[in-house]
Amino acid sequence: MTDKYTQFVSHGFGKDLAKKLGLPQPAVLRRYKAGEPLVPGPVLVIGSGNGKTAGSDDLAAALAGWGLDVRRSALPKEKLGAIVVVLDAVEHPDELAGPVLTAAPSLRDLAAGGRVVTVSRTSASAANPAVAAGRQGVDGLLRSLAKELRAGATANGILLGDGAGTTSPSTLGALRFFLSGRSAFVDGQFLTVGSGAGQLSADADKPLAGKVAVVTGAARGIGAAIARTLHRDGAGLVVVDIPAAGDHLADVANEVHGTALQLDITAEDAGNRIIDHAVERHGGLDILIHNAGITRDKLLANMDEGRWNSVIGVNIASQLRINEALLGAEQLRNTPRIVSVASTSGIAGNRGQTNYAASKGGVIGMVRATAPLLAERGSSINAVAPGFIETDMTARIPFATREVARRLNSLQQGGLPGDVAEAIAFLASDAAGGITGEVLRVCGQNLVGA
Amino acid sequence: MPAAAHSASEPHESRVAPGTVRRAVVVGGNRIPFARTGGAYAKSSNQDMLTAALDGLIARFGLQEERIGEVAAGAVLKHSRDFNLTREAVLGSALSPETPAYDLQQACATGLETVLGLANKIKLGQIDSAIAGGVDSASDAPIAVSEGLREVLLDLNRAKSLPERLKILARLRPKDLAPDAPNTGEPRTGLSMGEHQALTTAQWKISREAQDEIAFNSHHNLAAAYDRGFFDDLVTPYRGLSRDSNLRPDTSMDKLATLKPVFGKSLGAEATMTAGNSTPLTDGASTVLLGSEEWADARGLPKLAVVVDGEAAAVDFVHGKDGLLMAPVFAVPRLLARNGLTFEDIDFFEIHEAFAGTVLSTLAAWEDEEFGRTRLGLDGALGKIDRAKLNVNGSSLAAGHPFAATGGRIVASLAKMLHDNGPLDGRPARGLISVCAAGGQGVVAILEAYSAPEGR
Repeated sequence: MTDKYTQFVSHGFGKDLAKKLGLPQPAVLRRYKAGEPLVPGPVLVIGSGNGKTAGSDDLAAALAGWGLDVRRSALPKEKLGAIVVVLDAVEHPDELAGPVLTAAPSLRDLAAGGRVVTVSRTSASAANPAVAAGRQGVDGLLRSLAKELRAGATANGILLGDGAGTTSPSTLGALRFFLSGRSAFVDGQFLTVGSGAGQLSADADKPLAGKVAVVTGAARGIGAAIARTLHRDGAGLVVVDIPAAGDHLADVANEVHGTALQLDITAEDAGNRIIDHAVERHGGLDILIHNAGITRDKLLANMDEGRWNSVIGVNIASQLRINEALLGAEQLRNTPRIVSVASTSGIAGNRGQTNYAASKGGVIGMVRATAPLLAERGSSINAVAPGFIETDMTARIPFATREVARRLNSLQQGGLPGDVAEAIAFLASDAAGGITGEVLRVCGQNLVGA
Repeated sequence: MPAAAHSASEPHESRVAPGTVRRAVVVGGNRIPFARTGGAYAKSSNQDMLTAALDGLIARFGLQEERIGEVAAGAVLKHSRDFNLTREAVLGSALSPETPAYDLQQACATGLETVLGLANKIKLGQIDSAIAGGVDSASDAPIAVSEGLREVLLDLNRAKSLPERLKILARLRPKDLAPDAPNTGEPRTGLSMGEHQALTTAQWKISREAQDEIAFNSHHNLAAAYDRGFFDDLVTPYRGLSRDSNLRPDTSMDKLATLKPVFGKSLGAEATMTAGNSTPLTDGASTVLLGSEEWADARGLPKLAVVVDGEAAAVDFVHGKDGLLMAPVFAVPRLLARNGLTFEDIDFFEIHEAFAGTVLSTLAAWEDEEFGRTRLGLDGALGKIDRAKLNVNGSSLAAGHPFAATGGRIVASLAKMLHDNGPLDGRPARGLISVCAAGGQGVVAILEAYSAPEGR
């Protein structure tokens, strides 16, 4: 649930008080609910140059095809659900002004929980310095804009690699994700679409229908939320956790109509046992979510071998071993999509978490290096890096520290386990098939280690 | 794929022609860790524990919303309010509420008897799937009012006038107010089970050391099985317990030797039964999933073992002809003969450890030439079993013994052992289960590792 402070400052006396005192006013975020519109109003699509490019035209047509109310120019005072700025044709920093300043006045008309999404090309794919400058400029622009938005609105960007266009399946998939309530706690982030691979689901509410997914560490917290979200999206589930967590695991399994597999993922044969279970009981394995993780915090000066090794063993060594089993498995008809849970600690570091950050940095390295191996087999691997998420684990942080940690992001609140799960469910879907080797942060644009 | 829920009107998947039988397989099992009485489950009712064991089984095998053919379970110590214990547990579980259930009670053989009865229904084609189980709480035991108070209350209910009521109330005596708690004493002899076994143990001249050794092995075998993950897919934690609380992995023969006898004290120096080589009162629940081969195959479920056959026996302990817990001694030879088997054909012996003395008295009877001739009607002794095949993953002395839950514990564990072993000497691995019960009864059964029938 949204934290008590956010509830208090969202209406009535609390709202007035927070305003007068200049206190943070976090908004209640717009989160996905089946049956609700994708965006809370019309979508303004702006291209570069004169506001229209081939890329933006195609994209606008695709959005209209989803039944969205698409505008190519803003109407005065009309509330907008989202603004999509298509910058794929930008070849010089000078070319940013046109589309960006066209979009600027409409930002005031963005509805609560609205979205800004940029679509541009990766700078790495540019050999020409001016082209690279124009493209990289989008990065700074988008991240700054995200910090300016209020009322639960977010800004995120899609980067197109050489193999992708504005209407590639995964461009549209990522756009749908960013526009929707599924990306509520993703802010100021980019996703790179590297290829035209992937396929949009026919049923937007059941994008994982017919898929079999394995979630490790599923007995509680983020893992249980992942299982629930994948189930909601139509997947059949194998939920895995250590035998000692079996009672909570059974509750989750029964809730998501899956099967519970009590298993220590650090066991030598864990990968094969997971594969065997999924194949024998569910007829295959399409999605693997490496979520299981532990913390054993200590300043490095006080660190002992037990704390260090157990964290590395569970958080990254087990994933490497299971992936190896997966790549070598003969009983799988296709290679599953993999999504790994990293952490912002693994990117920006965190005091007292050298072991944890090493393991989560390791996850990111593993994901990047595994991507080409899976691409050969038509599959993908990505990571999601959660920031401050409201779980039993973070509830144990002392009040003051917790309150600071939770507000230090552009959305001024902690995310929910379900927010992480949404990002994972998207990356596990076929719509994200052209996205691989990426690390998507679900952190509300954490101010640390942006 | 997890199968869709069955509708209430959907017929069986496969019918068996009248007069023929098919195989009933053990798919798997689930139990909660067993807890010593007054411990972790002190506040848990039989219904709570049975529901938890069912839900763990449902989670393991993805049976949510499934209509199971029939669920049978029972409890030995049972509240009168639990007249429909199993059905109530089913309604509280994740199974389809259209799953029928019944209660069964045969003292400590309850669990094994539910397996045999349901397996027979599957064999006959009456049902395709079943869950057998049992539960007992010695902590949350029913306490009844005394007979005197009960009669007064019932008469009071029937009385029509105030004077009549006062007259009835005047019959009450202080002793009538004392509650009537259950005990394990035999109604016909007044002796507790332990005292009965103490007599049998002495009769068969079972040494203290031999009993302690059985207890020692039980604890060490069970601990080793936990350590190597044997119970990872047999046990689901409950109320903070993930292993049986009676388990003492570090027990030693020396430690066991220091315990004082608690039963058979009238025997003086011959008293050998201690708290270490007798099972304590325990709380817990167990379940076993059974099905036809087709039912298991359609759901991609494992087929661990086949329920081959079962046999019940009873002895005349009231007149002292046999010991209270010696009925399996008679059931086993009958079962083996009917199936054309000898001890040589058995790879795992699961003899319920009510007391170490029970196991050893049973073995002694089977090894006794004269007993074999005069009592079992054989040419000589029934035979000697290889101790290395006895209770290899521990038994009740270590795990504890929540009466009705023991059968399910043994069947699920044995089925897994048989499956892990697969074929031995060109035939499926085979296991024998023996469970003694109050009232001089015993139920025994044979399970065999599953192997696909020829031509499949």
